Amino acid sequence: MKYMLLINTTAEAAEGCSVEDWMAYGKAMKEAGIWVSGYPLADLTTATAVRVGPDGERTVTDGPFAESREILGGYDVIDVPDLETALDWAARCPGARDGGTVVVRPIADFGI
Amino acid sequence: MDEPAATDEPALADEWAADAGSLAEASVESMFREERGRLLASLVRRFGDLDLAEEVASEAIEAALVHWPVDGVPAKPGAWLLTTARRKAVDRLRRDQAYAARLAILQVEADRAGPVPPADADGDLPDERLQLFFTCAHPALPAEDRVALTLRCLAGLTTPEVARAFLVPPATMAQRIVRAKKKIRQARIPFRVPGADELPERLPGVLQVLYSIFTEGYAASSGPQLQRLDLSEEAIRLGRILRRLLPAEREIAGLLALMLLIHARREARTGPDGAIVLLEDQDRGRWDRTMIEEGSALVVAALTGGPPGLYGVQAAIAALHDEAADVTTTDWPQIVALYDVLLALAPSPVIALNRAVAVAMRDGPQAGLALLEELADEPRLRGYAPYPTARADLLHRLGRLPEAAAAYREALDLAGTEPERVHLLRRLESIGTPGPDGA
Repeated sequence: MKYMLLINTTAEAAEGCSVEDWMAYGKAMKEAGIWVSGYPLADLTTATAVRVGPDGERTVTDGPFAESREILGGYDVIDVPDLETALDWAARCPGARDGGTVVVRPIADFGI
Repeated sequence: MDEPAATDEPALADEWAADAGSLAEASVESMFREERGRLLASLVRRFGDLDLAEEVASEAIEAALVHWPVDGVPAKPGAWLLTTARRKAVDRLRRDQAYAARLAILQVEADRAGPVPPADADGDLPDERLQLFFTCAHPALPAEDRVALTLRCLAGLTTPEVARAFLVPPATMAQRIVRAKKKIRQARIPFRVPGADELPERLPGVLQVLYSIFTEGYAASSGPQLQRLDLSEEAIRLGRILRRLLPAEREIAGLLALMLLIHARREARTGPDGAIVLLEDQDRGRWDRTMIEEGSALVVAALTGGPPGLYGVQAAIAALHDEAADVTTTDWPQIVALYDVLLALAPSPVIALNRAVAVAMRDGPQAGLALLEELADEPRLRGYAPYPTARADLLHRLGRLPEAAAAYREALDLAGTEPERVHLLRRLESIGTPGPDGA
């Protein structure tokens, strides 16, 4: 069962943990054999939004700008037996501390 | 009653045998309420899916309704139901491989070949409901869904009964239960008891669910019947199981004590006409002394060896009431002190309201009324019938009759159950002031 851990961080959360913390977390997931994929995201100021209108016209804008203090800072996809295990991994994520939040979402399964 | 291993199943069998002729009229839900929860828990553990478990549990119960009146009730009805349900589940999964794949049920063959689970102390199937309890009370589910799901799956209530407990339309409740089951399945919330490190975090949720079942049984919030003893006893029984399984958890002792100490007064709580009898007017000779002794002993266990918990303190208050000969010799100073502990643990206007009533007993109605007036602007007490009722009682005792009558009428507009309304109408009549219709 695959889950995506959406790592929502705040400025304080980003400061609160070191690169070593993140590397240790990534290493632990890989060693446990549960890590599927995942990336940290570059700063939100580098984001660009695209929308396509009903006439097919493309609108490109800077942003989006953060509407709350928390911004998506990265994600990991893990493959574990159940939600309980996924929650345990989410709790170990450095991004869950210091005001950050890790949202755990099951990957949709459209197979029959 | 002295038999060492009284079982639920022979009682059920007797009931069927005695009354086989009226099977059609029997309430299937109530006859199988007990069986259904055990059956579901066992099936969920084997197949890992609540929908499939519910489906085949219902089919097995339907099969019992067809076969038992003809063939007689089997010696072990619970085992019969489980075997029948398992067979139906295996058939269903064989027939519908896509469904099996979607549920990722791989252990079907293993299940069929697997050993028969060891019998429980009562001689039939083991009670596997504890893990279902932790799943139904899982924090990943919305709080309102946890109680709903537990009442549906473990207490065996029908969806309309659960809806009534929550005062929402049955369709709304049905949607809520479907939503909760969908989350359990799709997010794969496991069916298992949490480990020792997770327990302090998870247990309060289960206790909350148990207490909600108890109060639902004790005082249905609306409708003509005030007490529903079956549910209260179910909650107490589940509380005993929890206590047995997790004996070191003092709040389980506290909750079980609280339920027993309240339930001990059941016979005296309603009059012959079904109306409420207040604590102060109850015939204490009709209180269940054995239950009070058991509850009081549990209070000691709950409050010994660590900081007090919410249920333990509430149970201590209930014990002081139960051990007093009458309302005047009740240890009100101690009760007020316990309410202070409760308020420190969990500040709440409802606890403050109860404390004010206890202060009125200790220091007189004027002192209690002054505390009640301080709570007048509490949003959580708006629309809460016990608040105007308590005010009315104190105003009545102070001889401020027109104000008391007005407060009783306010409470009448808010009262949910018929017995509550009857009680309030009588209080209103005792004041001798004309009712709202000018009679």
